Amino acid sequence: MKEYWQEIRALTMRWVRRLSREKFSMLFTLVQPMLFWLIFFGNLFQRAADMQVTQASSYISFLTAGVVVMTVLNNGLAGGVDLLFDKENGFLERLMSTPIHRSSVILSRFIFVMTITSLQVLVILGVAWLFGVQPVTGLLGVATILFIGMMFGVGLTAISMAMAFSVKSHGDFFSVLGFLSLPMIFLSSALVPLAAMPGWMGFLAQFNPMTWAIDAVRPLILQGWTEALPHVGMVIMVMVVFDALCLYGGARAFRRAIG
Amino acid sequence: MSRAVAIEVSHLGKAYDKIRAVDDLSFQVYTGEIFGLLGPNGAGKSTTLRILITLLHPTSGSAKIFGLDSVKDADRVRQTIGYVPQERAIDRFLTGREHLELLADLYHLSAEEASTRIPQLLKLVELEAHADRPAKTYSGGMKRKLDIACGLLPDPKILFLDEPTLGLDVQSRLRIWDHVRAMRERGITVVMTTNYLDEADQLCDRIAIIDGGRIKALGSPTELKVGLGGDLVSLTVREQDRVEALAAAVKTLPAIRAVMTKPNGLDIRVDSPEKALPAILEAANRLTCQLEFIDYHRPRLDDVFIAHTGRSIKDDQPNEDDQ
Repeated sequence: MKEYWQEIRALTMRWVRRLSREKFSMLFTLVQPMLFWLIFFGNLFQRAADMQVTQASSYISFLTAGVVVMTVLNNGLAGGVDLLFDKENGFLERLMSTPIHRSSVILSRFIFVMTITSLQVLVILGVAWLFGVQPVTGLLGVATILFIGMMFGVGLTAISMAMAFSVKSHGDFFSVLGFLSLPMIFLSSALVPLAAMPGWMGFLAQFNPMTWAIDAVRPLILQGWTEALPHVGMVIMVMVVFDALCLYGGARAFRRAIG
Repeated sequence: MSRAVAIEVSHLGKAYDKIRAVDDLSFQVYTGEIFGLLGPNGAGKSTTLRILITLLHPTSGSAKIFGLDSVKDADRVRQTIGYVPQERAIDRFLTGREHLELLADLYHLSAEEASTRIPQLLKLVELEAHADRPAKTYSGGMKRKLDIACGLLPDPKILFLDEPTLGLDVQSRLRIWDHVRAMRERGITVVMTTNYLDEADQLCDRIAIIDGGRIKALGSPTELKVGLGGDLVSLTVREQDRVEALAAAVKTLPAIRAVMTKPNGLDIRVDSPEKALPAILEAANRLTCQLEFIDYHRPRLDDVFIAHTGRSIKDDQPNEDDQ
């Protein structure tokens, strides 16, 4: 157990070190969602969005839940990228030739991605707060938001790692990533409530796990515990199934790649 | 001299779908020797190496490292070996020291062990001055030295090197050879792949020539060269239509072992050059066959390679991935 922890700590520290050496990349990953989506998109659509439809006092306050979950989505889907590069340049082989638990590499990545994502979600909520959006459920609500984000993030990171282990080249990986991420956002309640969508889009969006996550996070920010709790209960169930499927697929891809 | 066996490979096979990358390979590696797997790209030598270091499972046969099975006892095998992958396997954002610190944790060294061993290794490979710079600033030779330090960190009984001097300049290459020899002095068994004939010849105690997933020849470089039998005389003939006639005449001469015709001349294997050379020249004279060029040399490893595989090691196009 002590050895296991030693491995995981060392591998997680490696991800932290890498990130800290890529200052620009760190800055842009951190700033991009709040700058682009929250500040630009949120303010731009302030008057174009119909308050009757969004049921929120401002478009930014409506959008905050969407941006939080989008950040989880993007970080999760990109979570396997570093492992992809490790696989391609042979570093993964070097790691695997040492007497470590096979799962340490994967676990270190989960820990790292979840930590970075949580920090980012806190920054986004902080920026939203500057624009007058205060989560009505308070600190416990924020903790619940982080918990939902992590549950969703685990499954996404697993998908990303599974892809990293399965693809032939990193070109494939980034094509699939690009293909997956925007439709996931548009076919969810991130930007527009389901009720206001064209019928067929609303129909598809129901099957998007992202919609479930947003529908639980949004009342935590805007309405209160009474409205939020049923959604929170629901999203936990959905995410348990989602994570189980993703982790199963991820474990299979990992075993096939590593043996 | 009876020697202890470090690695025992028997009837090893690895197939990908229908392609047999490695086919019925059997050999032994003795403790304390430098053993080379020599072959062109795609010959199966990297696949063999990856099976030995437990990264690939064989589809048939087995490999035992100090009696431990590469599949069943993989974890214990990993504790006894060190691995030096090809140069690219470096995290460009980490410093040399951080590479070693990371691996120290992965080999479960205590903080004290790590803090004594890491400076020793950095000193050994002459990287002390650059230890705290990110690896992306390193030259090819420096990266390779870091690789070797990483491979030695667990104080392994066997060190596996994958193409240790691929793409290095001559000086770095000789330096790496010195390091490999130094490891043998320390009692470490070394197994390496290479597609450089001179490297196999000068560095390895014994080599296995691998082509098409099979062992074509096995022995020390000297044994292999002697086993080829006789020295080589190469003739280049001016008029190419005379080659056949000359070949027929040479075959009847004494002290000739074998004659191979080429489009522009002959390769003749001879028992004793002192006797054979004058006779060959006389035969050529008699046939008024003008010689453009005569080359005589003792068998080289490339002659061994050609004799066993039917082609030169340089015939194929260089290809980075050797699977």
